[in-house]
Amino acid sequence: MLRNIRAFFEQRGVLEVETPLLSSSSSTDPNLNSFATNYQRNELYLNTSPEHCMKRLLAAYGEPIFQVCKSFRDDELGPFHNPEFTMLEWYRPGLDMFELMDELGDLVRTLEQNHQPCGLFERSSYASVYQRVVGIDPHTATTDECRRCAVERGLPLPAGMGETVDEWLDWLMIELVMPSLATDRYTFIYDYPASQAALANVYHNQQGQVVAARFELFYGKIELANGFDELRDAAEQRRRFDRENVERSARGLRAAHVDEYFLNALERGLPCCSGVAVGLDRLLMILSGAPVLEQVLTFPFRRI
Amino acid sequence: MASYNTNEFKNGLKIMLDGDPCSITENILVKPGKGQAFNRVKVKNLKTGRTLERTFKATESVESADVEDRDVEYLYTDGEYWHFMEPNTYEQHAADRIAVGDAAKWIKGQEGCVMTLWNGQPLSITPPNFAELSVTQTDPGLKGDTAQGGSKPAVLETGAEVKVPLFIDEGDVLKIDTRTGEYVSRA
Repeated sequence: MLRNIRAFFEQRGVLEVETPLLSSSSSTDPNLNSFATNYQRNELYLNTSPEHCMKRLLAAYGEPIFQVCKSFRDDELGPFHNPEFTMLEWYRPGLDMFELMDELGDLVRTLEQNHQPCGLFERSSYASVYQRVVGIDPHTATTDECRRCAVERGLPLPAGMGETVDEWLDWLMIELVMPSLATDRYTFIYDYPASQAALANVYHNQQGQVVAARFELFYGKIELANGFDELRDAAEQRRRFDRENVERSARGLRAAHVDEYFLNALERGLPCCSGVAVGLDRLLMILSGAPVLEQVLTFPFRRI
Repeated sequence: MASYNTNEFKNGLKIMLDGDPCSITENILVKPGKGQAFNRVKVKNLKTGRTLERTFKATESVESADVEDRDVEYLYTDGEYWHFMEPNTYEQHAADRIAVGDAAKWIKGQEGCVMTLWNGQPLSITPPNFAELSVTQTDPGLKGDTAQGGSKPAVLETGAEVKVPLFIDEGDVLKIDTRTGEYVSRA
């Protein structure tokens, strides 16, 4: 698999890079927990993805780059999660999100060559899939609407659901949307709610909705990849980090150290580009028909 | 009251759900890609034995259930309560019909059982996997009569009814698998 990935990118003129796994800053995402360690008396963190470092390289050199590296996320262990996992991430200056989806599809097709083909690629916007499966417009929905949908279907509400729509949309995603995705093919979901942009641009799509230029790739209900038209506005990025840190505090989590090196790089200027991160262990699990992640890991987490 | 965070969830953990003590039998982390994580959990209600599925927002905390297992010896029943004793401390516990449940069919006295206590009160009794009980009533088996699949009903000294092979007579002592309620062999 690794050999095929390298051959694929070499053919397309995408340079392989390597960036540090240790960082002096941690992830601000309230839903991600970084592992912490120490160098002498300074706290350092294992990266949750190589995104910041790779964008610093992009800002400096502007070339298409890819990387295969380990990423680490605390508290994520389950049939489809391992706290330490292998990520393939690449960036394409000049390509938009839809062109990058094409390239990701091409890569998956290439990697399928030694395995059973796993099915077609389909694309749905976030709004259309929620409209079809849940019957709501996720870009205008309120928490009350989401709650009503759940009650009508007799779904027991998880304890502690608050008044943020995103939390409700996430819940409906795992309860209704993901299980509804065809199990014999890949589905791209794109144009996420602007509030779930993370590090993506926000734009007006063809339907006139203000959405995040972000996509995810699923196979059945398994999420495989997340991609963005990358946000280049340093001030906006800082606002989002600050907002995420406020949310972390509200949840009783430690505020993260904001990555100033990364923000500096954005200030100097990131080329127009899109990028995507693929969970390689999960992709290998799908390609080899394994039912759980453990079967494609050399040693499972409970045996390290 | 003690509580558990969802990231402490594991099989066998005892939590309170809808006012009943439950034991976790399956715990799966689900995430919608980026975004909020949830735990999809299967639990067994320790009072009713029913299994139910629930979703928890990750990082929520859930009240723990004060449930523990004790090794006990069955003493006797007065018809309303079944009396058990902890062999080490001689502490006695009286379990009602609901707590004893099906275990009553397999115990006659002096068996080592496991008693599950909730807040110090008997919640359920697990009898030994195998019981040895004598037959108090069964019809004589007719040679060659295999219309019943080669088995016939028999009543045991505890009142339990089991299917037994045709050659079993009254007074025979039988080994019964208490988990399935099936005849294993003559003891």
